Amino acid sequence: MTLKRSSLVVAAAIAATVQFGGLGLAFAQDALTNVSYDPTRELYRKYNDAFTKHWKETTGRDVTVTATHGGSGSQVRTVIDGLPADVVTLALASDILAAEEAGLIEPGWQSEFPKNSSPYYSTIVFLVRSSNPKNIKDWDDLIRDDVEVITPNPKTSGGARWNYLAAWAYELDRSGGDENAAKDFVAKLYANVPVLDSGARGSTNTFVKNGTGDVLLAWENEAFLALEELEPGSVEIVVPKFSILAEPPVAIVDKNVDEKGTRELAKAYLDYLYSPEGQKIIASSYYRPQHPEHADPEDVARFPDLKLITIDEFGGWKEAQSKHFGDGGIFDQIYSSN
Amino acid sequence: MATFRFREPSIIPGFRLTFGFTIFYLMVIVIIPIAGLFLKTFELDWQAFYPIISGPRFLAALKLSFGASLLAAMFNAVIGVLVAWVLVRYEFPGRRALDAMVDLPFALPTAVAGISLASIYSPNGWIGSLFAPFGIKIAYTPLGIWIALVFIGLPFVVRSVQPVLQDFSKEIEEASATLGASRPQTISRVMLPALLPAILTGFSLAFARAVGEYGSVIFIAGNLPRQTEILPLLIVFRLEEFNYAAAAAIAAVMLVASFIILLAINLIQVWSQRRFGNG
Repeated sequence: MTLKRSSLVVAAAIAATVQFGGLGLAFAQDALTNVSYDPTRELYRKYNDAFTKHWKETTGRDVTVTATHGGSGSQVRTVIDGLPADVVTLALASDILAAEEAGLIEPGWQSEFPKNSSPYYSTIVFLVRSSNPKNIKDWDDLIRDDVEVITPNPKTSGGARWNYLAAWAYELDRSGGDENAAKDFVAKLYANVPVLDSGARGSTNTFVKNGTGDVLLAWENEAFLALEELEPGSVEIVVPKFSILAEPPVAIVDKNVDEKGTRELAKAYLDYLYSPEGQKIIASSYYRPQHPEHADPEDVARFPDLKLITIDEFGGWKEAQSKHFGDGGIFDQIYSSN
Repeated sequence: MATFRFREPSIIPGFRLTFGFTIFYLMVIVIIPIAGLFLKTFELDWQAFYPIISGPRFLAALKLSFGASLLAAMFNAVIGVLVAWVLVRYEFPGRRALDAMVDLPFALPTAVAGISLASIYSPNGWIGSLFAPFGIKIAYTPLGIWIALVFIGLPFVVRSVQPVLQDFSKEIEEASATLGASRPQTISRVMLPALLPAILTGFSLAFARAVGEYGSVIFIAGNLPRQTEILPLLIVFRLEEFNYAAAAAIAAVMLVASFIILLAINLIQVWSQRRFGNG
């Protein structure tokens, strides 16, 4: 008797699940998940609205785009661990390489879209206190004894790896290719760092809101955001003469889109980033567009020219990652030697 | 000693069902994940394992994590009893609101707590700016870590001591006084022994929570290697390197160390119950 009753309950529960499952399917519309990193929050909020409209106009279908943000490294781990992302738009190629090694993304993704699959780029600049009281002009000034530098930990933050590599490249260039000099330089620089936050947003907060440090190494887009949206008038941007070309790449997560049948949508989503509308939104979100001719001239005027070194000079991300940021790499060495 | 009987006749039957559910639940929620952790650790042989747990950076982080957690739990054990005492023994306007506020550290997302604490205790924050002129830095030092751990641990002690204190009748204090005990004697020989098991429970809960705490500490810690770097952060570093085995190894060491400390606290609890009777 009891057995019958309980099996009835189970049957009802199964029936209900099936019912609601079916209901969910009936209402299904196009949906896309974009796993991105921290400072792209504002960019993709604007872009997703534009793309939703564009998709409706071209295909007549509704699409819901969900974007998740966080530290680039932990974001890619959520994808590797099973988050069904359709596209990843991360801070650096090495994080996408990790997804490639996990078998989620097919090799060759970096030539799937134009410009190394980077629809926008940025660089590393300095954010200093208003009217630059410590007179910080270039990378040299960061190793002065009286300067406190705020940068996140390159072990946990994609942005911070660009910061580190820009400093390394500066000294390597200045010393004519002397790696020991470059190592000393970054060691001195990190000796001036009083707080190593785990992510770029944390560092911005430490510098802008908590008033710690004299200079923040930041993505250019993050620096503009801090300048114009967080605390107007209290900080200003200093652009060094030399910096690194930071290309945050995008990729389709092949395994997931093939399972879900969303490849076409995912491709359209990333393609649209290169369109005139996409480039315009990119420039207005403080990222440097690959096609400045499509952007508002006043947005483009914000970006000064400077000498930009590329990651290829480090032998690509795979090599840079293990040499500098791997376990026992140069970053670990500078902290165990001083 | 009564012999163990599998099915004790009881007013509410259902031992088999509830026991089965308990075992299943503990398996899924606790035992399997922890077993997985240790299995992952065993992927490493001793040559790979030993360097991970013997480097100066690891040892410094171990000392900081456990030291700050113990100190924070001790502080909470004292302040928590005081708060519980005030909430139980006195009537004052706003008591219920205050009572509810004790639970806020439970409810607040830890990252929010961490960012708020960092802004308040940073050199130009409300409280940090009061100490900055004396050269005392709070945020981004071990002191800041301790404050974050005190913050998240407080409810544990208050909530474990409060019900015991509520049941502790005033007459016992009065009897102690009429028998000639001074006030300090009443507190130390009558009240504290009765409260001790509850205090220890609160202490261990606060300690256990503090050791594993990541979200709130990370924003106020400064995260400098060998100075303000906590153990959970080292685990995150290993995860960022996709080195899951090394991350599991650090976690396993933390777990074993925590287990030993909690076991020791439990033994003290048993001892105190024998010594002073049931609290």
